[in-house]
Amino acid sequence: MLKMTNLSKAYRTEVVETYALRNFSIHVREGEFVAVTGPSGSGKTTFLTIAGLLEEFSGGDYRLDGTDVRGLTDTQRSHLRNEKIGFIFQAFNLIPDLNVADNVDVPLRYRGMKGHERRRRIQESLDRVGLSARARHYPSELSGGQQQRVAIARALAGSPRLLLADEPTGNLDTQMARGVMELLEELHRDGATIVMVTHDPELAIRAQREVHIVDGQVVDLVAQPRLVVGVHARA
Amino acid sequence: MFSHYLLLALRSLKRNVLLTALMIAAIGVGIGASMTTLTVFRAMGADPIPQKSAELYAVQIDNWGPGKRAHPSSDNLESMLSYIDAVGLVNARAAQRQTAMYVTGMALTPAGSQLKPFMVRARATYTDFFPMFDVPFRYGSAWPAADDAAHADVVVITRKLNNKLFGGIDSVGKTLNLDDRAYRIVGVLDSWNLLPRFYDIQGRGAKFSEGEDLYVPFTRAIDGAMRGLGGMRCKEEVSGWEGILRSECIWTAFWVELPDAAAVDRYRRFLSGYASEQRRSGRFHWPAHTQLRDVRQWLAYQHVVSDEVRILVLVSFSFLFVCLMNAAGLMLAKIVGRAAEIGVRRALGANRGAIFVQCLIEAGVIGLAGGLAGLALTALGLAGLRSVLSESMVDLTRTDLLDVVIAVVLAIVATVLAGLYPTWRATQVQPAWALKSQ
Repeated sequence: MLKMTNLSKAYRTEVVETYALRNFSIHVREGEFVAVTGPSGSGKTTFLTIAGLLEEFSGGDYRLDGTDVRGLTDTQRSHLRNEKIGFIFQAFNLIPDLNVADNVDVPLRYRGMKGHERRRRIQESLDRVGLSARARHYPSELSGGQQQRVAIARALAGSPRLLLADEPTGNLDTQMARGVMELLEELHRDGATIVMVTHDPELAIRAQREVHIVDGQVVDLVAQPRLVVGVHARA
Repeated sequence: MFSHYLLLALRSLKRNVLLTALMIAAIGVGIGASMTTLTVFRAMGADPIPQKSAELYAVQIDNWGPGKRAHPSSDNLESMLSYIDAVGLVNARAAQRQTAMYVTGMALTPAGSQLKPFMVRARATYTDFFPMFDVPFRYGSAWPAADDAAHADVVVITRKLNNKLFGGIDSVGKTLNLDDRAYRIVGVLDSWNLLPRFYDIQGRGAKFSEGEDLYVPFTRAIDGAMRGLGGMRCKEEVSGWEGILRSECIWTAFWVELPDAAAVDRYRRFLSGYASEQRRSGRFHWPAHTQLRDVRQWLAYQHVVSDEVRILVLVSFSFLFVCLMNAAGLMLAKIVGRAAEIGVRRALGANRGAIFVQCLIEAGVIGLAGGLAGLALTALGLAGLRSVLSESMVDLTRTDLLDVVIAVVLAIVATVLAGLYPTWRATQVQPAWALKSQ
């Protein structure tokens, strides 16, 4: 599903070249739930931006669902991002002017879907996160946990091949975080491929395996299926 | 997708009412100022008599010859004719209609009324003047051609003067005491205000000033030794009325009506022949130098729209430019404030083109609102102008549908152009912003 081989990302200034990722290799298979962990500044977010086609990389190889993404134009990258990837951000990143349904509608609009198909998908994804009743509410009228659920519904609406989550519970209190995490686990059980960046070991332990990044390199890439408490241990 | 972007634009504008109001105000003020001057500019330069402007020709004859002049013109021709040439051309009757004319002043003594005697502006002309310039009559008609020949004591008065003297009733047949002489009223004009008054010869300003109050036969005015109100230019000193009539002083305008190209050709040849004849007779010592200009050519030749007005329009459009730059700055500020939303949209699949179109439509909506605000301010500006302009110039401040269309289209196009840079900046927001700003 997601395969990076010897990938590097360098930020250059006039005098210095800094590598955010160096010889970075990772392979996430379809249906996996992978937690990417590491200390601040280790390169977790850079990995996620490159994985999500939000940023270009300097060297190496990256294949997303079989597509070599090197050299794609902005429009091709935008199209691929829209089709294959669903984002869940730490700060939810809902558009405040749009109500819940319109927020979920955003990626569907860019895909050029017909109105009835969009409405069906919005309904389904809001049902999935249990917020159908709040479709006409605005983000400011929702709790943090509800906002993150809307963001998840938005990520799900386009039926992406890969969900990328960046500290999805980072802005939530413990109870709300638990609810969001359970939702992610449920999605995984239903077959979603999820890559979640987190610095929280408690969350990381609930993923199928953990990839640890230090100084832009993967420290331990050996697949380590974990025995996690609860029903998802069999996933 | 357009309607969706339109909806997004309206929502976005609602989000920051103050910033939106500032942008609309900046554009509105710029549009208001530029449209106010443009409206007046267009009215000043407009064809005052479109149905006949291609058939009416001003006649010029060089009766002074080459050499230095006090007021040199581009073609060394004067706008006016001498009395000798004016009468010579009228008597030749080489055109379908022709008239010599000048403006003079007369003292009017109202009969048996409480009004005191007052000065009126009188146009001395021939009867052809009225049909030539499509002058509308409320009562009566122009004097017959025989009255021109008979130097008759007849007048045609304007509606305004008729209202003042007779309360607006049909005064045809009544007499007017002008310069202690009784003149019979043969016609009363309806409302008539050609702007610019292109047939007037007394300088650029006269074309937009108050018109005349009445019309008398040219022949009668000459008999009465009625001097022109300014505008007479001489190369040498002359004395006495007879001296003026025999001199090469120039002080009368001359217009002809030529219905088609063949008539124009014929008249050109006639005019050239006339000048050559004057040379043969020893009056002119230079080759024939004559000119015919139709109304539009005459307005351009006379610089009816003065350089000052052009500069004013230029200044007001420069002001619009400054306003647009301000609006562009505000748009930029708005887009910087929306970088988060743009980043999220990019992350969710919007390419640069989609962001560009969305922001540009928003700029267009601001332009439309600015244009409407500008129209209101234009109306205000023109109302202000009307309050300081003379009655005869009020027509210059009339707006038509085209003015409205120009204002709105100008506002939208200008705002979209001003919004190009902020919009381009919006497309440069990196999609990674959505992740990295957290």
